[in-house]
Amino acid sequence: MSEQMKPQSGIEVRFRGGGFAPKSRRWVGPLVFVVLIALMEWGTRSGWISALTLPRPSDVLATFQDLWSTGMLFKHLAPSLTRLAVGAAIGASVGVSVGILIGLSSYIRAGLVPLVAAIFPIPKIALLPLFVIWFGIDEGSKYALIAFGTFTPTVVATYGAVDNVDRSLIRMGQSFGLSWQSIVRKIVLPGAMPGILSGLRISLAIAIILLVAAEMLGAEYGIGAYILEAGSLYDLERLFAGVVILSLLGVVVSTVIGWIERRLLGWRI
Amino acid sequence: MDLQLDRICHAYGDTEVLRDISLEIPQGRIICLVGPSGCGKSTLLRMIGGLERPSAGRVLQVGEPPKDSLNPLTYVFQDFALLPWRSVRGNISLVLEDHGIKGAAADQIIEDVLARTKLSDFAKALPKQLSGGMKQRVAIARALAVNPSVMLMDEPLSALDSQTRELLMDDLVALWTRQPFTAVYVTHNLAEAVRLGHAIVVLSRRPGEIREVVEIDKPLAERGYGDRDLEEVQKHLWTLMRDEARAADEELLDV
Repeated sequence: MSEQMKPQSGIEVRFRGGGFAPKSRRWVGPLVFVVLIALMEWGTRSGWISALTLPRPSDVLATFQDLWSTGMLFKHLAPSLTRLAVGAAIGASVGVSVGILIGLSSYIRAGLVPLVAAIFPIPKIALLPLFVIWFGIDEGSKYALIAFGTFTPTVVATYGAVDNVDRSLIRMGQSFGLSWQSIVRKIVLPGAMPGILSGLRISLAIAIILLVAAEMLGAEYGIGAYILEAGSLYDLERLFAGVVILSLLGVVVSTVIGWIERRLLGWRI
Repeated sequence: MDLQLDRICHAYGDTEVLRDISLEIPQGRIICLVGPSGCGKSTLLRMIGGLERPSAGRVLQVGEPPKDSLNPLTYVFQDFALLPWRSVRGNISLVLEDHGIKGAAADQIIEDVLARTKLSDFAKALPKQLSGGMKQRVAIARALAVNPSVMLMDEPLSALDSQTRELLMDDLVALWTRQPFTAVYVTHNLAEAVRLGHAIVVLSRRPGEIREVVEIDKPLAERGYGDRDLEEVQKHLWTLMRDEARAADEELLDV
């Protein structure tokens, strides 16, 4: 045997597999941020980016520190977070409930899916004056705008997720004589959870977008109000400080959902 | 409790699937349904357990199911149908919860069925951690937990490799020998049918009709891998089915 194993002349088979498999590369994300910010800082300092095009990152940081030390940061953040939490909670919970009803009942589906499709593309910002009349210029209209904006994507994601629940599991439940409520609560809901959570990622990002719109009318404090005021004064440093806060908010929300996914969806392969 | 199929016919639209099936399923025996693919054997099984309605004919329960039977007609599915988010224990307690069995009473049943299926060490495992054979044993444990009077098994070993299939067949025989249960066992594997069936019902290709019922008297516990007499029966079954299977294979699927 060993005689036959001596090296033969021939072409080695070329490796052509690999790739297409995302791996964890933790440091790349932060690196992109650092490089971009360093480029901006260097560009604004050396002058090839004019002060009107971009604010200097160090100035934005100074503004941020100023916000922090004067306590204005929390004065703006507190009402915004409340609006976000209340609006998104209403929109998401009603959205999930309606989505499940659409997923379970053919009549509700036939009745509501066209309605949701009609509401989805309406820019909710355009309805703000209407909401002010319906719900008052105070917090009501702001909650309503954010709730309305998160509602539609949540509905669409939820009924899609319910449709994707493995029917054989539902048949199994029926074959063991489980009640309708048990099947919904113990099979349909957990089965739809992955889809509902990934829908929530999108809806909550939309909620943050709408926060600025909600604070266009009748808001003295709030991140959105702060950004809009800075924008109208063309105060780029403050504008950017506000935008950075919104970005951070988005990262925090995404992290929290990722954490919930790991907790609730550990059963997935 | 016996089951009786009374002239069952079924059609999907214009496609006739089952024609005039009458069959007795006596207590304590395993009835195997074999037939070429598409002959409607799984459909028939779904009708026996009330998951599908035949176009004509009835499925009758003769006699009362035992009092302690929580779910007289209980399925074991080919794809296991375990909830991936529940542990082995949770999957079994799922079918007890709706009958109000919780706490110590549930624990007792769960421990008993896990012991009978040799799964006691895996109560906390999630389905994704288990092999195919183990998953099917969990599904069998779940079926045993509701104390069924008839087990309806839809190709329970078809998704498993052949070694696992042998092992699980031995397990099923051991379970039956310890406590005889009634079962309707659908399979396309003739070796399984001759190992586990007291009677083997051969269906023709679509529309499925009963071609022959082959009885095997040899006790389950005495049957083994590659027994001569069983091979004879298997050969006989295959001659019955060969032409049907070929014709069924060459049919265009327009269902």
